[in-house]
Amino acid sequence: MRGITFDIAHMLAGSLVLVSFMQLYQDRLYALLNIYALHALVLAASVAWQAFIQDAPHLYLTAMIALVFKAIIIPVALHRIIVKLGIHREIETVVGVGPAMLLGMGLVALAMVVMLRVTAEADPLAREDLAFALSVVLLGLLMMVTRRNAVSQVIGFMSLENGLVLAATGAKGMPLVVEISIAFSVLIAFIVIGIFLFRIRERFDTVDVQALDRFRGERQ
Amino acid sequence: MIDALTGVLLIPAVAAALLAVLPGYRLTARLNVLAAFLSFVTAVSLFIVEPVSGPYLLVDDLNKVFIVLTTFVGFTTSAFSASYIGHEIEIGRLTPTYVRFYHAMYQVLMFAMNLALVANNIGLMWVAIEMATLTTVLMVGIYRTHEALEAAWKYFILGSVGIALALFGTILVYMAARPVIGEGLYAMVWTVLVTKAAQFDPALLNVAFVFLLLGYGTKVGLAPLHAWLPDAHAEGPTPISAVLSGLLLNVALYALLRFKMILALNPAALAPGPLMVTMGLISCVFAAFMLYRRRDIKRMFAYSSIEHMGIIVFAFGMGGPLANFAALLHMTMHSLTKSAIFYAVGHIAQVKGTQKIADMGGLTVTNPVLGWGLVLGVVAIAGLPPLGIFMSEFLVVSSTFARAPWLVLILVFGILVGLGGLFLRLNTIVFGEPVGPTAPAQASYVPMFAHLAIVAMAGIYMPPALVTGFQNVARLLG
Repeated sequence: MRGITFDIAHMLAGSLVLVSFMQLYQDRLYALLNIYALHALVLAASVAWQAFIQDAPHLYLTAMIALVFKAIIIPVALHRIIVKLGIHREIETVVGVGPAMLLGMGLVALAMVVMLRVTAEADPLAREDLAFALSVVLLGLLMMVTRRNAVSQVIGFMSLENGLVLAATGAKGMPLVVEISIAFSVLIAFIVIGIFLFRIRERFDTVDVQALDRFRGERQ
Repeated sequence: MIDALTGVLLIPAVAAALLAVLPGYRLTARLNVLAAFLSFVTAVSLFIVEPVSGPYLLVDDLNKVFIVLTTFVGFTTSAFSASYIGHEIEIGRLTPTYVRFYHAMYQVLMFAMNLALVANNIGLMWVAIEMATLTTVLMVGIYRTHEALEAAWKYFILGSVGIALALFGTILVYMAARPVIGEGLYAMVWTVLVTKAAQFDPALLNVAFVFLLLGYGTKVGLAPLHAWLPDAHAEGPTPISAVLSGLLLNVALYALLRFKMILALNPAALAPGPLMVTMGLISCVFAAFMLYRRRDIKRMFAYSSIEHMGIIVFAFGMGGPLANFAALLHMTMHSLTKSAIFYAVGHIAQVKGTQKIADMGGLTVTNPVLGWGLVLGVVAIAGLPPLGIFMSEFLVVSSTFARAPWLVLILVFGILVGLGGLFLRLNTIVFGEPVGPTAPAQASYVPMFAHLAIVAMAGIYMPPALVTGFQNVARLLG
């Protein structure tokens, strides 16, 4: 198992975590979007590599979805929404960049400690894949809670989902991976792009979630 | 070969496709009721002829109970929905296009919930629950007001995070199963997982269960993951509030129970019980206190749902045949009572033109049937004798008291606090001086009173066949 194939898989999964970190400190929407596209690209490469070393041709389909849908269509669509709404200004962050990075590092350490300890008997490739995947998931969550803007929350969710696809493809021979990745793509495409952003814009002229919070809770 | 198992999936699927294209509110509302009724009849027939289970679909004693409950409440809610939606069209709150969308989505939701319940494959179950989340998000936002959109957005974000965590847990279960069962389809088939669970790596199972508990627990509405629930209940159309409270929370709980059964069979893995007991207790007590400061009637009953899901999860967490029996009974009673309450609340809100409790009053004088119906519903949900919920709460308490007296004291405290909160608000709504519009409601009272009659009946007499059925399921749950 050890050898060049393992190293490449390891490197790709590790890069995904790295790109997740890059997302954390982007304070402009365009830049964030580009980094997300990169995230999806790395994911596509990683999945394709898994398809190759596991000799599982159906995973190429998942890789294609990641490449075409997540790395191209979604960023382009979001880009157009941002232009239309004229919100390419700075992102407000709840937590500053420094604390966010520190928190992120803490989460990655947590993911490593938990997953590596738990999966001591699993094969090393799946094991490290899972640890990386959990890091990406947690970083995505962190991004969702530290951002106020609806678009960046959605990007946080999508990178979280990339982590899940990484985990699913790393689990060798897992059935339904393609179906699950399609289900997720439908979830994202259908709700986020198609309906919510347009509806929110229609009603609020902004996609700042803080504006939504004003209508929150009990109507007095 | 179409058996009952395919039937409960096929009927809503075909109905959804038909409803998406057919115009006209009267026709589609009736078709919706008809489809829901057919699903219910098919579900009941599962008890007569048990279909064979495969690697994808499964029917056993546990999910039969859930399927019948789901399709029954689905049927009565569709009948309530017909009169509710009729009024919404009249006052122009919904346009015909949205009504068509609503009806199609209603059947898609029924399909997704049935699929989640009959899925034998943990991946398929996850996909079905995601689909149910997706449809309810769309339905919650259907009025397109500020509040509805905000509620839908919050629900979407929190629901998706929950769903994502649940998927990670599902993947971990597969990882734990793979070395024992081997690669491929069978390592995700629940019936296979259960037979081999004792040999799985316990550490991996533990982590998996934590993710599953957090993930599906979000959908059950357990505190502190409940934030989406009151908003989604308050802002969506009332039939959807009834389905959310009465059914969707149960479906998520069902998923959790399936995984609990896997964990329980592995002696080295952590006991899932204490985790569930803790979250159940927190939800119950927290929601009971939250009942006091509510100003929105639907929001108040949403918190009451959190409280009752807490009680149910507590009882399932305690485990053992008696507590499981009590939990199952409580779940059934809660589904029936809470949906009946939402039927009443839906019509009350339509009569008053608002959901604010302060703008309601004297309902027992102005709209006696609705008012007393609500009183009966609240008496039932608060757990007063001799109604069904009293029975089930009494069973929960008595079956667990010997094992954990302190925990049960906390639970009883929560129930009593909740009772006070409910009656405080009920007093404002139904008694005193009439407030607001007093036009008679154009309501169909049949679904509401049918549910309440069953609940009242269950408090006094339970058919022996039902008791043995529940006892079998309770034993199955361990």
